[in-house]
Amino acid sequence: MSLKVPGIGLAKGLGVSIRHATRKRITEQYPEERLNVSRRTRAQELVWDPQRCTGCATCAKACPQGNIKIVTSVGTDNNYVVEKFESDEGRCMFCGLCVEACPYEALFFGRSYERAKYRRADLVASKEDMSSPEKEKSAYYRPELHEGLPEQTLLIYRKHKRPL
Amino acid sequence: MYNLPEVVTMTAHNVLDKPVALDWPGNFWAHWGIYTVGIVLVVLLVVMGFIWFERRLLGPFQLRIGPNRCGPFGLLQPVADAVKVLLKEDIVPVLADKVVHFLAPIIVFVPVLLIFAVIPFQDGVGLIPDFNVGILFIIAVGSFETVAVFMAGYGSNNKYALISAMRGVAQMLSYEIPMVLAVVAVLLVTQSLSMQEIVRQQTVPFILLLPMSFLLYFIGALAELQRTPFDLLEADSEIVAGYHIEYSGMKFAMFYLGEYGSAFAISAIITTVFLSGWKGPFLPPFLWFFIKAFAVFALIIWIRSTWPRVRIDQLMAFAWKFMLPLSLINIVIVAIEVLVWPAGLPWGLVFLNIGIMVVLLTLWAGMFKLRGGPQIES
Repeated sequence: MSLKVPGIGLAKGLGVSIRHATRKRITEQYPEERLNVSRRTRAQELVWDPQRCTGCATCAKACPQGNIKIVTSVGTDNNYVVEKFESDEGRCMFCGLCVEACPYEALFFGRSYERAKYRRADLVASKEDMSSPEKEKSAYYRPELHEGLPEQTLLIYRKHKRPL
Repeated sequence: MYNLPEVVTMTAHNVLDKPVALDWPGNFWAHWGIYTVGIVLVVLLVVMGFIWFERRLLGPFQLRIGPNRCGPFGLLQPVADAVKVLLKEDIVPVLADKVVHFLAPIIVFVPVLLIFAVIPFQDGVGLIPDFNVGILFIIAVGSFETVAVFMAGYGSNNKYALISAMRGVAQMLSYEIPMVLAVVAVLLVTQSLSMQEIVRQQTVPFILLLPMSFLLYFIGALAELQRTPFDLLEADSEIVAGYHIEYSGMKFAMFYLGEYGSAFAISAIITTVFLSGWKGPFLPPFLWFFIKAFAVFALIIWIRSTWPRVRIDQLMAFAWKFMLPLSLINIVIVAIEVLVWPAGLPWGLVFLNIGIMVVLLTLWAGMFKLRGGPQIES
């Protein structure tokens, strides 16, 4: 027969849960708050650099889905002119093989995650979409971009005050 | 020395504390009508408040926020849920006992409303707050919920619902006994069964004067409500729902309503019997009543967010081997105290009683053994 006051463990447990209740909450409330996506993310969109692209179509050959459509013509300056560069984001599985395959580092992942559309046809990203200047490049498979970035975990970027 | 009533009577002159109500048009029936409608509305409103309160309060315990989109502070969330559940399809199993299956969700809510007939929300405010067998009425009516649980399990024609209902009935019956015996100790002190009289006599709240009774009643109440740590037949994270597994739509909503309604009923009873009901400084008395009821429910939620649930054998052993003997010993101790101080217990007994509680719990927990299986670590 042990003489131990019962319920001490239970009371300790209650103490733990009340301490948890005072911690900062991890919920991200989407329209008011944005998730601070990893700057090295491998997801959701491709960013294309028209200056560096030579139109070699290595990305299109690397794509397991056959998802990248590239049409080129011979230019005046002993080069290829990229006439069409399309990727259907509805079929893309974000494996990253195209980004890894690009010999001239012209293809990147982007950091936006708000890519939902109402029509499947709208998901096809054109040359202009992918090279638009406001797209942020991810440092995935790009060590020279990675070096300039701070260490990071997934954090919540609070744009507005949390609604009660 | 006991002034138990010779005849249980419920006439207008007997049950009405204040003569004001008699001057109303229609005398007693006006009082009856107004309070019945009022109590039904208040109970429904508070039940919605409880649902919101539980979801809001569980949020921070799990590092999240809880409903906050529907109305200010998410207050309209229960309304939205109610509308949703009303519009859902009501499925009755082909082989179900149709009548029993239909009646169970109706019956589950009746005892909750009946309990509130004798609860005093304020001094003399209530349907029959000074009913001379008030607490006995509550115990008698409250155990009626067991029937609804078993009807639901039996009527569904589902073996899991039936097993769950059998276990639920066993659990409710087992914990009813220590609960009632804990109340008996209170009645020895007040020497009245009227809820209003119990509150009036609490110069020191009985949670301090009779801590052992409160503890036994509270544990029994958790089991009676089938809430954590005794929610093994609903076990949200493991099995789906228990005895109301075959219910959907409005019938399921009635069970939900009954569950939170009885949570409010138990909170109200604990408030009245142990927390000195409407008494309190500064604020109006009825507000104190609701604040205390919500505080009791907050404690229940806190426990829900913390403790793991027990096994069925631990559950039954705890009721019969731990709580029943302790409640009997508690009655003997309180009876001796009442005999020594017949004019009323002095407030100094608070410290003595808390000491007795700690010693008794320690001794009894040391002797408590489960045969077979791992032991309960307290």
